[in-house]
Amino acid sequence: MRLTQGTFSFLPDLSDDQIRAQIEYCLTNGWAVSLEYTDDPHPRNTYWEMYGNPMFDIKDAAGIMTELQACRKTFPRHYIKLNAFDSTRGVESLKLSFIVQRPGQEPGFVLQREEGKGRIQRYTLRAYATQQPENQRY
Amino acid sequence: MVSTRSSTVRDVSKRYQAGVMKYAQMGYWEPDYQPKETDVLAMFRITPQDGVDAEEAAAAVAGESSTATWTVVWTDRLTASEAYRAKAYKVESVPGSPGQYFAYIAYDLDLFEPGSIANLTASIIGNVFGFKPLKALRLEDMRLPVAYVTTFDGPPTGIVVERERLDKFGRPLLGATVKPKLGLSGKNYGRVVYEALKGGLDFTKDDENTNSQPFMHWRDRFLYCMEAVNHAQATTGEIKGTYLNVTAATMEDMYERAEFARELGSNIVMIDLVIGYTAIQSMAKWCRRNDMILHLHRAGHSTYTRQKTHGISFRVICKWMRLAGVDHIHAGTVVGKLEGDPFSVQGYYNVLREMHNPVDLQRGLFFEQSWGGLRKVMPVASGGIHAGQMHQLLSYFGDDVVLQFGGGTIGHPMGIAAGATANRVALEAMVFARNEGREIWNEGPDILVQAARHCAPLKAALDTWGEVSFNYASTDTPDFVPTATAA
Repeated sequence: MRLTQGTFSFLPDLSDDQIRAQIEYCLTNGWAVSLEYTDDPHPRNTYWEMYGNPMFDIKDAAGIMTELQACRKTFPRHYIKLNAFDSTRGVESLKLSFIVQRPGQEPGFVLQREEGKGRIQRYTLRAYATQQPENQRY
Repeated sequence: MVSTRSSTVRDVSKRYQAGVMKYAQMGYWEPDYQPKETDVLAMFRITPQDGVDAEEAAAAVAGESSTATWTVVWTDRLTASEAYRAKAYKVESVPGSPGQYFAYIAYDLDLFEPGSIANLTASIIGNVFGFKPLKALRLEDMRLPVAYVTTFDGPPTGIVVERERLDKFGRPLLGATVKPKLGLSGKNYGRVVYEALKGGLDFTKDDENTNSQPFMHWRDRFLYCMEAVNHAQATTGEIKGTYLNVTAATMEDMYERAEFARELGSNIVMIDLVIGYTAIQSMAKWCRRNDMILHLHRAGHSTYTRQKTHGISFRVICKWMRLAGVDHIHAGTVVGKLEGDPFSVQGYYNVLREMHNPVDLQRGLFFEQSWGGLRKVMPVASGGIHAGQMHQLLSYFGDDVVLQFGGGTIGHPMGIAAGATANRVALEAMVFARNEGREIWNEGPDILVQAARHCAPLKAALDTWGEVSFNYASTDTPDFVPTATAA
């Protein structure tokens, strides 16, 4: 399967030039870019690991691309996403978030059902990958 | 400016003589009045009967929507009646519409119960719309003072928190209304939901009259829909939702349906505007207590919002609904099949999405409006839109909107999931191109053709609907700038 979280998951995987252009857009808007990575892509896994703090003070796309390359080198088989944070009053949240690296194989999720009262089903979603210990997931 | 014929009678012995007196003489026309920051302001378009002058008509509207009755009553003298009287303070001719006037009226804050749309509307639109001296009356806009705004809870979730809950940023959300809206069994209905969500939509939606009918009872629909939602989440690894319409005959029924939706794990419920303002506020409170997004379908609004001379502008309904506390509201598409002048529709969107609205006459915003800390409402664009219009939709509305492609998803020649994929690819390609700095308004069709090279469903969608448009003159334009705008 292809995990479709993030703003651009229905497009072909982005090239570094394309990622850089999106970073330029974020910086032009005054947003702080950050990187996060995970080996647990459950859609309710809100807190991916932070690759450092948001880069509030890096104002050029090249600097952020350098951080991205370092993150990829450290976590070559993890999901990595790039976020852009807008601290404007009334927003104070992400304005863009897209995946910039995904594992070569995405085994997907199993949906488990447990019959409840009446015809109610209790649903549980599990990532196949997280059935493995942390260092063997991808 | 229109001539002043009557002014307030200041001599109290004459003012309170039994009998009928002009509204302007009773004190409802105060051209020198300076509105206070805490006043509720309303702007009406009035069409007086022949022989009724504009100030007297405006004064009558002020009177009938506040303290007046048809004759003088001495019991006014037991109150601070000068404060409680609404004051018409400005009357202007409507450009290009002889016999019509914009009348500005100020109301003291104490005339209104805190936090009650029912009370606010019982005054402002309660009696006055049937008043004989007027041929027609339309409420064009209101200014709600912050002191009043903050007595309302507002949207239970709001745009920012909805996005955080759904983990979806930087692009419009995508939805579709299940079609046909009547006749499907629960099982077949859920099939449409599953295919559309699996294919790439974020939401599917019940229609306004999808409630509980012989062919599909509500519990059946909810159960099958939630199977579809959970299955699609497993297939995509992405949060999905379906607006379960809990509209029903009584509050008790609606609470029962909403509670079942919650028990099944739905993240959103839906209501129709026809349930009424009090029921909407009740559901907003319920949604706050239950971490639920509240979707409002504006069923019925066109009966009173569409004609310029009589009724209520939809921008006022948007203001009331933001106070009442809904998270989504259908607010027009400009390019689709339903009524909507582009500037007016952008005015509605600004009312729903901004923290502060400056005066913007072109967009029909006659007053400055501050929203205090009230959350923002996500507008929904639905009705006759398709992937080929993506550049126009994104240009008009930006990112904070739900684009709903019902027919454009379900009617796709390669199937529902393919229709959903076509819309999602078109959307992401357009957002991507805009962010890269391309001029999507002009380059949009090329961007879609390029994106279709790696997406056969998008190519099929463009081949099927690329040329479809709905170009009709709008019946409702702000009129302050007397030129009509073309869709």
